[in-house]
Amino acid sequence: MTRAEADTFKARAGAALADHHLKTAIDRTTRTARQKREAAVAGWPGFSRARDLGARIKDHVIENLDHYLIEFERNARASGAIVHYASSAGDACQIVVRICRDAKARTVTRSKSMLGEEIGLPHALDEAGLGRVETDLAEHIVQLAHDRPSHIIWPALHRTREDIAALFREHHHTPQNSDDIPAMVASARRQLRGGFLAADVGISGANFLIADSGAVCTVTNEGNAELTTTIPRVHIVTAGIEKLVPSLPHAFALLRLLVRSATGADITQYTTFHCGPKRAGDLDGPEAFHIVLVDNGRARMLGQGLAEMLRCLRCGACMNHCVVYNEIGGHAYGGVYPGPMGAVLTPVLDGLETSRDLVHACTLNGRCQEVCPVDIPLPAMLRGWREKSWAQGLEPVTQRSFIGLWAFVVTRPRLYRLGAGLAIKTLRLFARDGWIRALPLASGWTSTRDFPKPARRTFMAQYQAQKRNRGL
Amino acid sequence: MRKVGLFVTCLADLFRPRTAFAAAALLERAGCDVEVPRLQTCCGQPAYNSGDTQNARRIARRVISAFETFDYVVAPSGSCAGTIKLHYPDLFADDPAWRTRAENLAARTCEIVSFLADVCSYSPRDVALAASATYHDTCSGLRELKIERQPRALLSSVKGLRLIPLPDVQSCCGFGGTFCVKYPSISNAIVDEKATNIESTKADLLLGGDLGCLMNMAGKLRRRGSAIRAFHVAEILAGMGDGPAIGEEP
Repeated sequence: MTRAEADTFKARAGAALADHHLKTAIDRTTRTARQKREAAVAGWPGFSRARDLGARIKDHVIENLDHYLIEFERNARASGAIVHYASSAGDACQIVVRICRDAKARTVTRSKSMLGEEIGLPHALDEAGLGRVETDLAEHIVQLAHDRPSHIIWPALHRTREDIAALFREHHHTPQNSDDIPAMVASARRQLRGGFLAADVGISGANFLIADSGAVCTVTNEGNAELTTTIPRVHIVTAGIEKLVPSLPHAFALLRLLVRSATGADITQYTTFHCGPKRAGDLDGPEAFHIVLVDNGRARMLGQGLAEMLRCLRCGACMNHCVVYNEIGGHAYGGVYPGPMGAVLTPVLDGLETSRDLVHACTLNGRCQEVCPVDIPLPAMLRGWREKSWAQGLEPVTQRSFIGLWAFVVTRPRLYRLGAGLAIKTLRLFARDGWIRALPLASGWTSTRDFPKPARRTFMAQYQAQKRNRGL
Repeated sequence: MRKVGLFVTCLADLFRPRTAFAAAALLERAGCDVEVPRLQTCCGQPAYNSGDTQNARRIARRVISAFETFDYVVAPSGSCAGTIKLHYPDLFADDPAWRTRAENLAARTCEIVSFLADVCSYSPRDVALAASATYHDTCSGLRELKIERQPRALLSSVKGLRLIPLPDVQSCCGFGGTFCVKYPSISNAIVDEKATNIESTKADLLLGGDLGCLMNMAGKLRRRGSAIRAFHVAEILAGMGDGPAIGEEP
């Protein structure tokens, strides 16, 4: 296999399907996530109304993005923050690296941020020679293993705790004595503590940007964002522009939906609001507070029929409930964002040409939209990408000709009847005991499943014959 | 009397005529005047879901023309009924005349079991089947048409039939129309998990409302050597549960 072939979606998915260890790791996490989310939603009678409200808040902001950007920038500046705009991933990384260099930083801590992954910030920091310490436990695991995140909430979901125990023993200064979870967490804590204290710059993402105060909200369960943002001299926030909300109550309305959909908890262990740098008399906090607002294709999505995708809270519920994600995991998708939301976003970020498989590798069963806390029509959006792919001629010739030929036949009922009769007669030749075990051109099905033998005559033929017999 | 056009569906036409005969019988028992328009073929879903909007529109226009004179269009499939009901109007978003016709048809299009329960208030009488069965909610019916209560309610009137809940019932079976052809190995992994769940019920029968999904699950069960037999729910409700199951065609 050439390298290009190995790096196709199908090849990656095939490798993932053959990896039973991966399947164990996926199931352990997503099964619990589904159960906890279900319990959280069942225990919240107002969920459906809250979901509608959440979608309306996001839509309102997206429709008035310019207004809220200006308001946020004004209030953030008034609080002492320095606001930067980045139109692309490259611009955003350059801005962050420049701030780090201006601060004469040697090491930076980073708390988990999908936007950071999206813009390739870990790589950009490494390239710039900055010592990067990932402080989210799962991101720490990913960094130790020179790996990539495979889930937006649990980046190391693809690794079992047995893998992680081995990884810690190999890389930690003073690894755990026993492989129980508290001992492993303590080992990570010992390992990371020095990094937290030594960092010159802390980089976080944002779950919400609150326009009427200029504050930034982060949610974590480990408290690492707080240590990342309060100890270093400089705090940099990188955030997508769709994270804006008008005011604090709006952030809370969305927070309720986000946390329950992600982990099933009522609220995260840490929900922190950052507003400006350290003030006179403050005991801690950064001396400089930078906010980098990133577009990276978002404004373009408005004109591409993808505005509703900007509602996304990054909760991960769609992938936890996706039958495809649950078989192949996150890496097979090949982009930064996996699962249904990733299949919609990756063509925006990486282009449809290289990601057309993602928009097809979906059964359109609709469960992702059903569990989405802001009702994003993910299946309709994937179908929208399929239309674009067809219109742009990206679909393989075999598929185009097959659909074309089939459409030619089904729009001609007489021809269709003739073809249907011939097709079932031919298929029956392959059947033994009612089933077809091997069928040329359909080995994708028959290599793993039997195919039922068709009836002797089509329904239409039988029905017409009955009608004739009854003299109708 | 309700004049119903039966939308046979291509899978019932080719692979499982019994499903369409069952649907026609049920509609007649529910007091409908049933007709099977000869000009019908397929709802066009393979083109629509492949992104070929032009052909999807071409096929949709034919279906609309063939069925718009009926009071109702009823299909033994949540997936085909969902296509006509939810997606035809979208296909003609920029074509007001056809959009109106599509919306008119959409408003009168139903899946068979929900039509019997909700429109005809029908439930089977004197239908008996001594068997245990598990029911899988096929995704288009469940999520696009909200069919969940109706098949269970109707099946509860079948004497001697015992329904066993299917674990993880809301999970897709991995069929997905063209998906199972384009990504057969992923589809297989999904249906393998589904088959494990089905087998865990130890039911005699697997029931569902869509032949594509049923053929996928039945084909997997058969390859795994399972003895669980699959029927379209309409066949059981019509009292045809003593006939050949899917894959037992003579």
